[in-house]
Amino acid sequence: MIEMQDVWKEYPNGAKALNGINVHITKGEFVYVVGPSGAGKSTFIKLMYREERPTKGHIFVNGFNIERLKDRKVPLLRRSIGVVFQDFKLLPQLTAYENVAFALEVIGIPKRHIKRRVMDALDWVGLADKAEMLPSQMSGGEQQRIAIARALVNNPAVIIADEPTGNLDPDTSWEIMKLFQRINDRGTTIVMATHNKEIVNTMRKRVIAIEAGQIVRDEEKGLYGYDD
Amino acid sequence: MTIRMLGRHLREGCKNLLRNGWMTFASISAVAITLLILGATLVIALNAQQLSNYVAGQLQVNAYLKQNVSSAQAQQITAEVKALPGVSSVRYVPKQQGFKDLQQRLGKDYQDVLQGFSNKNPLPDKIVVQAADPKQTLSIAQKIRALPGVDRVDDGKQVVDKLFRFLDLVRNIGVVFVVGLVVMAMFLISNTIKITIFSRRREIEIMKLVGATNWFIRWPFLTEGIIIGVVGAVLPFAIIAYAYHSVYARLGGTFLAVAFPLIPTAQLAQKLALVMFGLGIVIGVWGGIMSVRKFLKI
Ligand SMILES: Nc1ncnc2c1ncn2[C@@H]1O[C@H](COP(=O)(O)OP(=O)(O)OP(=O)(O)O)[C@@H](O)[C@H]1O
Ligand SMILES: [Mg+2]
Repeated sequence: MIEMQDVWKEYPNGAKALNGINVHITKGEFVYVVGPSGAGKSTFIKLMYREERPTKGHIFVNGFNIERLKDRKVPLLRRSIGVVFQDFKLLPQLTAYENVAFALEVIGIPKRHIKRRVMDALDWVGLADKAEMLPSQMSGGEQQRIAIARALVNNPAVIIADEPTGNLDPDTSWEIMKLFQRINDRGTTIVMATHNKEIVNTMRKRVIAIEAGQIVRDEEKGLYGYDD
Repeated sequence: MTIRMLGRHLREGCKNLLRNGWMTFASISAVAITLLILGATLVIALNAQQLSNYVAGQLQVNAYLKQNVSSAQAQQITAEVKALPGVSSVRYVPKQQGFKDLQQRLGKDYQDVLQGFSNKNPLPDKIVVQAADPKQTLSIAQKIRALPGVDRVDDGKQVVDKLFRFLDLVRNIGVVFVVGLVVMAMFLISNTIKITIFSRRREIEIMKLVGATNWFIRWPFLTEGIIIGVVGAVLPFAIIAYAYHSVYARLGGTFLAVAFPLIPTAQLAQKLALVMFGLGIVIGVWGGIMSVRKFLKI
């Protein structure tokens, strides 16, 4: 499902973000990526949906060979992945419904198929009744649910999330985590970079710890392992 | 691309243009001014070309025979000229006829002057030759010059050369002018679109994240450029076509006193539309591609 073999990443400015990463994530897994600030977690995640390209090494995601993937084919890779971010990345001028529909519209799904799928996704995250609201009229937790609905609406095999609870209070964070658990329960792989110690230590999953661009720990039902 | 997608791209393009009203206005104006000048230049150039074709077509070779050539010999020479390849018509004008023509041309006021020459006609016999192909005129003139009994041959070369040199100058100035303006218009369009892209960075970012193709992202900006180009072409086209039509009607289809036939309005408008709308679209597409290019690096 996701495979990295001796992956290195050096940014053009010389920053060495990843130094020899080997990892294998199978379908249906739920993985936390932890580590200190600047360790390379976001870089690790960006390589998966080819926001960044590795300086060296091999990466396979959902059957795509990232190394060989032509620019033209990158959209196909991205349609097989749902991404969720700390800052939600919603379009402020669009309603909840339109934000989710946008993801289908821009990959050329016909209007008549869109409505049904968007409403299903909104239903899934429990916000069908807020479909006509603008992001500015919703709480942070609700906005993140909309973003998750958008990531889900295309039925991706993997959801990749970079600190999805980073901007949310603890209660709301737990709501979001329950949502991720439900997504994982239906067989979707989840890779999540997080700084949330309480969550990692309570909702026990596989933990990959990155420090200075290297995997220093990779254990099933692991602990967060840092003090912050 | 399906009609449905085309509709979406057009809608998005229009939205962007309306959102950035003033920049859109500036770009459209730049295109319009460019095309106005281009169109005017084109009208002049096309008519100039028509003029030179016309003049070349009218070109005749006048061969003047020596004074001592008898009328029988003159007939003989005329026959020889007629036999030259590429000659379409030959007219022999004996000196008496030439004198009458001159009298007629000068009119009453000069009758007295001419009267003095009436029994000592100074004009030579003349053969007027027309080439089937204007380009052959000079070589035919050369051949006639070599015939015995021919004194002097006037092929009109100097007149035509002068005319062509003048037309070349007009054309070159026009080209430099238009190229400069086209570059400026492209620059303005690409800037306008850059601004709309800037205000839509977020949207583009999300489109890329959810797997929209580059072409899907590019199209609204291209349609934006195309709309600017086409709208920018409409007004100058209308102005020039109308102005030309009025001038044409007023002059009765000929240029001043020269009796040179202008290109009919409908025929000119066709060419004009092709060039102006074509160039408008090219400018717009180019501006669109340039502006969106760096935002699409994955
Ligand atoms: N676009 C970039 N250009 C240059 N250097 C970068 C870029 N992105 C990240 N880096 C550098 O690469 C290293 C790893 O950054 P990364 O964002 O992956 O860390 P992180 O683990 O996600 O940190 P945080 O927990 O603070 O989000 C850092 O040293 C960072 O400065
Ligand atoms: Mg990060």
